Amino acid sequence: MADLAARRPLLRPLRLRPRRAGAVTAGLVLVVAVAGTLLAPILWPLDQSAVALDQTRLAPSWGHLGGTDDLGRDVAHRAVYGLRVSLLVGAVAALVATVIGGLIGGIAGTLGGRVDRVLMRIVDTIAALPHLLLGIFIVAMLRPSLGAVIASVGLTHWLSTARIVRSELLSLRTRTFVDAAISGGAGRRRVLVRHLLPHVLPRLALATTLMIPHAVWHETALSFLGLGLPPHLASLGNMISDGEGSLLTGAWWASLVPGAVIVVVTLAIAVLAARWRDRLDPRVRAELHL
Amino acid sequence: MTTRTAPARRRTGRLAGAAAVVRRRLLVAVPVLVATSVGMFALGAASPVDPAKQYAGAAAFTTSEENLAQIRANWGVDDPLPVQYLRWVGNLLRGDLGWSTSRHEPVTSVLAARAGWTLLLIGVTLAVVLLASLLLGALAAYRRGGLFDRALRAAAYAVESMPVFWIGLAAIAVFALALGWFPAGGLTDVTATGTSWPDVAHHLILPVAVLAVSQAPWFLLFVRDAVAESLRDDHVLAARARGLPGRTVLFGHALRTALLPFLTLVGTHLPELVGGAVLVETVFSLPGLGAVTVEAALGSDFPLLAAITLVTTAVVLAANLAADLAYAAADPRVRLDG
Repeated sequence: MADLAARRPLLRPLRLRPRRAGAVTAGLVLVVAVAGTLLAPILWPLDQSAVALDQTRLAPSWGHLGGTDDLGRDVAHRAVYGLRVSLLVGAVAALVATVIGGLIGGIAGTLGGRVDRVLMRIVDTIAALPHLLLGIFIVAMLRPSLGAVIASVGLTHWLSTARIVRSELLSLRTRTFVDAAISGGAGRRRVLVRHLLPHVLPRLALATTLMIPHAVWHETALSFLGLGLPPHLASLGNMISDGEGSLLTGAWWASLVPGAVIVVVTLAIAVLAARWRDRLDPRVRAELHL
Repeated sequence: MTTRTAPARRRTGRLAGAAAVVRRRLLVAVPVLVATSVGMFALGAASPVDPAKQYAGAAAFTTSEENLAQIRANWGVDDPLPVQYLRWVGNLLRGDLGWSTSRHEPVTSVLAARAGWTLLLIGVTLAVVLLASLLLGALAAYRRGGLFDRALRAAAYAVESMPVFWIGLAAIAVFALALGWFPAGGLTDVTATGTSWPDVAHHLILPVAVLAVSQAPWFLLFVRDAVAESLRDDHVLAARARGLPGRTVLFGHALRTALLPFLTLVGTHLPELVGGAVLVETVFSLPGLGAVTVEAALGSDFPLLAAITLVTTAVVLAANLAADLAYAAADPRVRLDG
């Protein structure tokens, strides 16, 4: 494992040796979250349409860790399934954004010159557009659905990835090993695939990971506005939105517990990604050490 | 030539530079706006919603097919798409933003009635965020790595992972319901007969605070890093060596150097602020543009939604350009090269 990771830069993050409690905690949180959401249908199946009208708005207790909502549904139970949907949408949308951003940034970084200037100026200008409004527009015109939400996130979040890939490629181009490869007779494709790509891929993987929290927030925001996933599906945004009525009558848990799940999981992703960045580039130490 | 003094020459040069920047920006901004409008129009055209049926609402079930066809003909929705697009853009350019199909009134009157409240929310929030982040960020940078610095940074990262609408709901649960200090939503008291400013201000405290807290981390961390950087500058060290008190050095010297680049970055953060405002308005049921946007989206109201998105985009682009020009005007070291 160790020497495999040494040879393949993409696997380098797997060698993470977190010395700090913060990173260990974050890792544990993520492992539990991902394993829990993957195994949930086997260990703790949920009937999405079941209600228990004799148990509405019960406060959190050992029987119901997150309390129950206005239809008597167990909040913690539904939050696990909500997290499942949110993480799935977040990961797929982050991948879509990475592919778009990687292509645009890759073209700008390899071709350079005028193409680079024009593409980057377009990226700067699009970055000045209000994402959420564009996202709302896309979802409204495609009708709210899983695909529309993914499209809405993917089409509005690729800009930072494009910038990262482009600047990485531009700085790599000036390095000696690239000159050496070219003078050794390597063609453009060979330089790109054998020499540039292995350096860019870890950075791209990091950018995708950092994108997941943003994608999750965007999805929950759309669902919260009633423009995301279908309302009967337990998604974190839908649950926060459904719980708003209960919250106003004093049953705060129906809304705040699913929100707390988002906060804990996205914070864990951010903490781990910060350590990963330290490993990739020890010169620029990330500021996030909790 | 020799009669012109050096400063005058520099001034004309700067003006020409500013004009060139405006020109170059427009060269990109206009195509992007056109591309955005084409993209939005294409999405609208691909949308499965029939505008005539949507306009008729529940009456669509009883309206005869001839009447629906008449509505379609009146609106020209069966014309070729390029014709429709050009008509739409032509109307936009002439200031006719179209007819809102969900609210059954002109888009311009919807915007006129609602935009003021959203601008008020964003403007007050921006002022609060700027003041707070400049003050707290500078204090954190002064004792880098100290207890205050670490606590503030941990708080900033924690807040950054909280969705703004969740912060809003938590604030309602605590400050409106449990403590009863502020109203849970709306802009005026339910018993009020008109809008009075003290009442509005009381209703706006919680929304502004929530939006400010959710936006603060980014500003705060930036100010902290920039001030920490400029605390190592020569002129700051010199001020310290002269024996000036710490407060004067921090706010009079270090913060001032860090201030200018910070102000332009505020422009780049406006899109986030707009998105946050939409969510906060929804949480607190404020009668701003956010609520209308969501309503229009739920009703697939293309004219209203497209107008809100395009107008906001144009305003944000203009604000960014203004920030850059102001920056260059304030700081003579900045070259205007696009």
